[in-house]
Amino acid sequence: MTGAADIHAASDAERCARLAKTWGDAPGLWGFLTTTDHKKIAARYILVAMALLVLDGLLAVDMRLQLAFPAVKRLGPQGFNESFSLHGSSMLFLVSVPVMEAMAIWLVPLMLGQRNMAFPRLNAFSFWMYLGGVLMLWIPHIANVTPDLGWFEYAPLSGPNYAPGHRADVWAQMITFTEVAALAVSVNTFATIMRLRPPGMTLARLPIFLWSMLISALMTIFALPAVMLVTSMLITDRLVGTHFFDPAVGGDVLLFQHLFWFFGHPEVYLIFIPALGFVASIVETFSRRVGFGYVPVVLSLVSIGVLAFGLWVHHMFAVGLPKLGNSFYTAASMAIAVPTGLQIFCWIATIFGGKPVFRTPLLWVIGFIATFVIGGLSGLMTASAPLDLQLTDTYFVVAHLHYVLVGGAMFPLFGAFTFWYPKATGRVMSEAWGKVAFWLILGGFNLGFFPMHILGLMGMPRRIYTYSDAMGWGPLNIVVSIGSVIAAGGAAVFVANALFSYWRGAKAGPDPWGGATLEWATQSPPPAYNFDHIPVVDSLTPLWTQTGPRPVLEGLSLDHRELLLTSPVEAEPDYRQHSPTPSIWPLLAALATSAMFVGSIFSPWALVWGALPVGATITAWFWPKQPRRHLGDKP
Amino acid sequence: MTAPFEIEVVGSVEGLPKSAIGPRSLLWWGTFGFMLIEGTAFLLAAAAYLYLRGQAGGWPPPGDAPPDHLWGAVFTGVAVLSLIPNLWTARMAKQKRALEARWGVLAMTLIAVGLMVVRGFEFAHLNLRWDQDAYGSVTWLMIVLHTTHVVTDLGDTAVLGAWLFSHECGDDQFSDINDNAVYWNFVVLAWLPIYLLVYWGPRWL
Repeated sequence: MTGAADIHAASDAERCARLAKTWGDAPGLWGFLTTTDHKKIAARYILVAMALLVLDGLLAVDMRLQLAFPAVKRLGPQGFNESFSLHGSSMLFLVSVPVMEAMAIWLVPLMLGQRNMAFPRLNAFSFWMYLGGVLMLWIPHIANVTPDLGWFEYAPLSGPNYAPGHRADVWAQMITFTEVAALAVSVNTFATIMRLRPPGMTLARLPIFLWSMLISALMTIFALPAVMLVTSMLITDRLVGTHFFDPAVGGDVLLFQHLFWFFGHPEVYLIFIPALGFVASIVETFSRRVGFGYVPVVLSLVSIGVLAFGLWVHHMFAVGLPKLGNSFYTAASMAIAVPTGLQIFCWIATIFGGKPVFRTPLLWVIGFIATFVIGGLSGLMTASAPLDLQLTDTYFVVAHLHYVLVGGAMFPLFGAFTFWYPKATGRVMSEAWGKVAFWLILGGFNLGFFPMHILGLMGMPRRIYTYSDAMGWGPLNIVVSIGSVIAAGGAAVFVANALFSYWRGAKAGPDPWGGATLEWATQSPPPAYNFDHIPVVDSLTPLWTQTGPRPVLEGLSLDHRELLLTSPVEAEPDYRQHSPTPSIWPLLAALATSAMFVGSIFSPWALVWGALPVGATITAWFWPKQPRRHLGDKP
Repeated sequence: MTAPFEIEVVGSVEGLPKSAIGPRSLLWWGTFGFMLIEGTAFLLAAAAYLYLRGQAGGWPPPGDAPPDHLWGAVFTGVAVLSLIPNLWTARMAKQKRALEARWGVLAMTLIAVGLMVVRGFEFAHLNLRWDQDAYGSVTWLMIVLHTTHVVTDLGDTAVLGAWLFSHECGDDQFSDINDNAVYWNFVVLAWLPIYLLVYWGPRWL
């Protein structure tokens, strides 16, 4: 045990060496499999998600080749159904949500000046479950068992009567995997932000980024149970003959849609809200001023988080619900534009009121604002029930959803990637190539997706594998496909830039952009223990206001993993929490859980027998290391 | 490697305790997060139950019988009464009285085993199968969902009990005992609206 005098007496070099030993991983494969380092886990998440982004992008290009000209028969209806189902399912469940959570895993502890998240082994378990979900979708695809009913697989089409085989099961179980992973991260993020803030970082001094991650984590906690419930009901309908969605014996197909969209609409926002956090950090840093309107921005994030749960029926305007209900959801859908618009005005005010430096991350934010506003406006159009009835299932909706998801979430993500890349790797990405990628993607995207609005208004339905020349959709479809190829070229430049800069980029130093928050107060890349000392915070932008020597606390063990816990509101130091060491058990628990999930596609008994190894591995995971008690010992 | 900036040590956290119990403890927040998730799942399942009820002509549908009362009432009564030893165990943990807390956890394990037996009788007296119709499906959904929580808590409590009888009880374990008791409170309280829906819903709705 390290004594008090020992901690004080340790020289800087000795302190760092001891911390590195305490927080480091075992070498080799064992270290790879057992690590609980949040940075490594997040990096794995991000790399897998980025690889899938490339695959899903290639699927998109393939579909655009198919639709570029009338009467092309290359893919065929089944191939096309599989392509858009795989593209949508993978993008929504395996890329967009996980990559945002990965950013939380990587950044939240760094922005809090902490050495790890609240539950490091849960983080490791989460990644392995996510990887299980990826394999659950893509290995069956290799074996030609690809889901083919779109990304929301409505019942009764996905039920036992209309979807024989295992395509629908693969989709439903993939969701179970990814939702377990996402819920684990959400609880972790929630507990980390509430209890692991550095002294002085009261809730009123919580950076917008952390607010966005906190709200997104809470939304995940309330939204994801709905999709787990509905896919479980679908699986039992298919496996053991329940009748949740069978109208012949009292079931109801719309129940599927209600539960799915009770999750599905908040899902859009729990992708979008972290993106707002990226935007806040980037705008503040490159405008060289504290963000305009902290309180209104936080309140608008909270209100988006709440309102997002009251909109799901706008995905169901065309199914024949009572008119009063449609009117209510039209109003609610339009209401959410108010807090969203308010934030956009606050960022514009920040940029105008500051001294903006137009580096690549800020360009992505400006691209985001322009693109997302177009998506928001087309959203207002589809929020109107009568107009939606005309537009639903046309290319107008395809344009809208890509404008909000790509413009609203992926552009800020690319900006965030560029912004925090130096912190993660120690090197800065090429500015020139970054701008080339930006303009190619922004231009290609708008060329590719804007004409889809017009195609939708011309009546082109979504999810058709080909069309006749007589429809007159040919010219715009060629433009759309050319735009897609340009955007794909831009993505290739972006990836090449990231890879090249990893080895050849300019050295970053700890704070290449002059950032304001704590992640910039440590080395790039951060060591295993993140920070030498516990930082103390006195403002929203501590690195800008602390002009002299930076105040820190000491006293955590150098030889045992310890975290400082603080009170939930005022962030006053509370107690020292032991932080779990690396362990193989999260991986084994994930393997046992995966076996149970995969088995339950084929037999309900897999849930019973499969639960035993799950219980055993989780028990081993949590088994405390206390001395044995002997008979006759006093209590 | 050393800090990239000049620093000033303004204090030490060395004197702080190394564990906490109840809402001060980190694990309590994790447990709370998972209770929020599971509570949401219960609420949504109840919403699905009421939704299907709203679509049906009668509840239970013509030809179906409602579940028998006896075993559901026994389960509910025993579960509510189990809160007394459960709260007592939590209080012993907070007072760091290892002997009492250990026996309390053992008692809670036995109570959960007893409740699982009662739950078996409940299933046998639901008077319908899950694959009979949507009413059967959603009734089974509610009870199976709750049973998974009873099983989870039983497993957790049994492992904790076995550990406590074979190891020295440290401060972290007192915290675990308290969190385990909090989770059982949740499992019991979540049951009450499910009980009303499943057993009284077909008679009242």
